[in-house]
Amino acid sequence: MTLPILGWQGLVVLVVFGVSLLIATYSTYAERVIAAFLQDRVGPDRAGPFGLLQPLADAVKLFTKEEFFPAGANRALFVFGPCLAMVTALMSSAVIPFGNVLQFGETAIHLQGIEINVGMLYVFGMVSLGVYGIMIGGWASNNKFSLLGAIRAASQNISYEIAMGLALIAVLMISNTLSLREITFQQTSEAPFVWNDIFNWNVMKQPLGFIIFIVCAFAETNRTPFDLPECETELIGGYHTEYSSMKMGLYLFAEYINVFVASAVMSVLYFGGFNFPFQAELRNWLVSSQGLELVTAQNIITILGVVGLFTKIFSFIFFFMWVRWTLPRFRYDQLMRLGWTILIPLAIFNIMLTGGLITFGVIK
Amino acid sequence: MESLSKRAKVLEKKPMTLAERAYLPAIFQGLTITMRHFFRAATKKQVTVRYPDETRPFSPVFRGLHVLKRDEAGRERCTACGLCAVACPAEAITMVAGERKKGEENLYREEKYAISYEINMLRCIFCGLCEEACPKAAVYLQADKMAPPRFERDEFIYGKDRLVEPVTPDNRSKRGIQLTPEQADKLRSQLA
Repeated sequence: MTLPILGWQGLVVLVVFGVSLLIATYSTYAERVIAAFLQDRVGPDRAGPFGLLQPLADAVKLFTKEEFFPAGANRALFVFGPCLAMVTALMSSAVIPFGNVLQFGETAIHLQGIEINVGMLYVFGMVSLGVYGIMIGGWASNNKFSLLGAIRAASQNISYEIAMGLALIAVLMISNTLSLREITFQQTSEAPFVWNDIFNWNVMKQPLGFIIFIVCAFAETNRTPFDLPECETELIGGYHTEYSSMKMGLYLFAEYINVFVASAVMSVLYFGGFNFPFQAELRNWLVSSQGLELVTAQNIITILGVVGLFTKIFSFIFFFMWVRWTLPRFRYDQLMRLGWTILIPLAIFNIMLTGGLITFGVIK
Repeated sequence: MESLSKRAKVLEKKPMTLAERAYLPAIFQGLTITMRHFFRAATKKQVTVRYPDETRPFSPVFRGLHVLKRDEAGRERCTACGLCAVACPAEAITMVAGERKKGEENLYREEKYAISYEINMLRCIFCGLCEEACPKAAVYLQADKMAPPRFERDEFIYGKDRLVEPVTPDNRSKRGIQLTPEQADKLRSQLA
């Protein structure tokens, strides 16, 4: 990699970083508006047009709040917890391919923070590390409710990571690669028919795996109906009970970034990533009818692909919020029973089913 | 055990079917319900009243904040007879009577007037008995104003400065408690 290319990739990383933060910021706003609409209310509409400046007002509020340390808390770990949660949440978005290659003469810019051939493992590792932020924060608070929340978070994440990994294995059996970029390219279709485009998406080959994966994604991001680590009715807020000011804000931010990353991973793994229907036709049309060069046409397709991927991501984020304001919280034993006795056997069955289908050549 | 009312229903606790145990059908049912509400809130007119910007319409017979009226010439009507204070079941009204001096005929209609007139809005129950008792048609409960919330208790004791109607007619309450004939007809038809 030459130096200018490194510079461009650094820029991409910065943009991904900024976009993650921006999406997390406006997720708080979206959450409140969607919650309000689902409950026949109005939602925030005071700060700016349609309340669009509400996240800024919230940020100012969080920054000016008192920095509080509970008695007997381990100060260093108390600060370290939210930082770790935030860092791991942000780091997991690095390997997600947000778009194809932008070609400007000799320079080719990959719209992806960094391409590594074990991308999916990296995401899994980061997500697993994310629970340490919650654990450390909950333990360092010296508060029984925080500790309970932290313990719940740990056991819940470990339980659901198994089912999630098993659901993922079925995808990897089809794709034979861990690279998210490769998985995306395998879902590209050049056939001139829209249904082919969509049927090439992994969700068509792995419907059961997708359902298992999305349920586990809800549990991994600690969202309702699996938000037992927070659980404001029983645990007053769980692991962030004792947190105030921007440390609290970091936890909330980390949760929304996790939702964003989970949505992005699901879009890439199951919904074709930056592929969108009719892309091959559109590129051919741009070249043949509009007289554009192939490189320019491909760049346009790439940019549209980024738009397409973000449409998918936003749909998933909306779905996360929609479910949150529809379903009540699971009880803890129900959560564990669902994870261990339903999802894990289902995921193993899905692996065997996929293996059988691959053996008999139904899917490849 | 013998049922007293004979209305008790025996409910069987059936084991859940496979569809019920799979959660997903019930979840999708719930999701469609909330989505219907989402579109209703997004498209139809919302029931929320954005309070400081808009207020709910008051009933024409609403009894709100008191006003001490002036007559046609802009003189205070109150003669400090004290009947309102006597009529008040909450004992919210106090007043000090004074004699009108020479040259004050354009300020007070009667020879006796209220030097101070105070209503404690925390005591007041807005029953309107003061209004009924007043022989000079001086005190009215406005139909379109309420005593606003305040931080201090003493701010709720309204003196003459806040009770007496302003001299300029523009600032006066647009609707007193007295109904116009049209309003009265409308109200009668509503009640019928």
